[in-house]
Amino acid sequence: MRVDRRWGDAAVTVLARGALFLVFGLALVLGLTLLLRACPMLGSLERSTLLGSAWAPAQGSFGLRTFLAGSLAVTVLALGLSVPLCLLSALYLSEHASRRLRERVQPVLDVAAGVPSVVFGLFGVMFVVPGVAALGRLLGVPTTGYSLLAGGLVLALMAAPFTLSVALDVLLAVPMGLRETALAMGATRWETAWHVVLREARGGLLVAVVMGFARAFGETLAVMMVVGNVAVLPTSLFGPAYPLSALLANTYGEMMSIPRMEGALMSAALLLFLATGAVSCAATLVLRRMRRLG
Amino acid sequence: MDLNERPVIPEPVPTITEPPRAGEAHILSQQGTPLTDRAALEAPTMVSVKDLNLFYGRKQALHGINLEVGKNTVMALIGPSGCGKSTLLRCINRMNDLIDNVRIDGHVRVGQSDIYAPDVDVIGLRMRMGMVFQKSNPFPKSIYENVAYGLRVQGVKNRAVLDEAVERSLISAGLWDEVKDRLNESGLGLSGGQQQRLCIARALAVKPEVLLMDEPCSALDPLATSRIEELIFELKRDFTIVIVTHNMQQAARVSDFTAFFWMGKLIEVGLTEKLFTNPRERMTEDYISGRFG
Repeated sequence: MRVDRRWGDAAVTVLARGALFLVFGLALVLGLTLLLRACPMLGSLERSTLLGSAWAPAQGSFGLRTFLAGSLAVTVLALGLSVPLCLLSALYLSEHASRRLRERVQPVLDVAAGVPSVVFGLFGVMFVVPGVAALGRLLGVPTTGYSLLAGGLVLALMAAPFTLSVALDVLLAVPMGLRETALAMGATRWETAWHVVLREARGGLLVAVVMGFARAFGETLAVMMVVGNVAVLPTSLFGPAYPLSALLANTYGEMMSIPRMEGALMSAALLLFLATGAVSCAATLVLRRMRRLG
Repeated sequence: MDLNERPVIPEPVPTITEPPRAGEAHILSQQGTPLTDRAALEAPTMVSVKDLNLFYGRKQALHGINLEVGKNTVMALIGPSGCGKSTLLRCINRMNDLIDNVRIDGHVRVGQSDIYAPDVDVIGLRMRMGMVFQKSNPFPKSIYENVAYGLRVQGVKNRAVLDEAVERSLISAGLWDEVKDRLNESGLGLSGGQQQRLCIARALAVKPEVLLMDEPCSALDPLATSRIEELIFELKRDFTIVIVTHNMQQAARVSDFTAFFWMGKLIEVGLTEKLFTNPRERMTEDYISGRFG
């Protein structure tokens, strides 16, 4: 009996450790594959080609700068639109709303966070794109509506439930005693929220934003449906953009027919992979530093 | 007595231990300034609770409480968990307002104002009160900013005023010498006992009319506890203090008056020494001698 149980314990340990290796191993294999397949490109072309902004695969120009700029522009726009709204909403829910309201909103957020991106994309095509086109007419800017702004709006809408949900969890984790202390000193609810709750929660909120960034940066389908996908540097909110992820999704079919296309796309994928990774790492470092300073 | 068995208790009636006859004087504590019965009893009323009932939803948590706290005295609220002592404490600065479904009737006066009057400014009221909680909870700010917070909330910006208040409060809380060279470091870097004294300094900075303490030592080791107790004794000179405690020796050591609560009712209130040596009510005696609770 005793021996059986010990064996059982050991078996679970081995299994759990194996699972860990598998998960990490797969991520490692993914990264290595990208690197290996991108190598021909990285080796055979001058870096300047890859870093340039000319994209003409038939002529052998594979500049990715346009796409990186497209990804960044859409993501930053989306975060700029959604983060302030999400933080305010989360603060309202955690600091001001009744428990009843909060308990009703939370499941709705979870459902909204799980809506497939193609649904957001369709919504974008049906409502956001015409809306942006109308706004463009109003302001006298020629636009089809398929634009950076449409991409940012759809992405903001998509990221909001997730960011809000994480931010709310972070705020609710702030000890009640801190709020009570501030209130007992005569701070108003919002003073308490600004001075004490936000300050205590700032690390967690940063993580919420960064997780939102990583997701938004890699998001493909919804953005691709509304952003226009023209390989030009995004210069206007009403003009089109072409994010990295959309490039991959749109052109992987041509990979085999054009020489060195595969290497170019693999480089794009590697860039996407590294960019999200780098952002997450940076956030972890900042968080650690903050913790130390207290 | 079987600990699980409820003691047979007569219908509780709040009573005031008889005032002493003229000339009778008691020394209340071994440490600090002795206080005569007369001095304590004649102190002008600072907090007055009258016919206070409190309901959480349908459950009544406080039943017809009547209690008076004299200026510059220490009132200890004792009783078993859930007896309503913390709830009463939180009525004095209207912290119960923050809980949904609370209904309160009756009157609480602090100084001259009825704090449950409909036109009362709750924020302004809380500014006049200091509160120290069970768990020390410095804000995630520097030591200086922790202490200055109450004044900052009141709109004080003058650096000299803030500096003076921070130093005075930290000295009062017996923390100045330990932290004067690191006022700009985080308050979270202090030890547990230091953190609690920081919280006391924070409460003192606004020169509160009443200092409310909710089991301020329950998370501290005996050494830190005794420092805080000494502090309470000194603070009495300048402040009126109401302290909730589970520790009856502590109540006996630091307070002038003690009020014993049981199941939301005030069973007995009186001079601490009298209540502990010669309680009027059988329940009080059972509780302080450790027979229940």
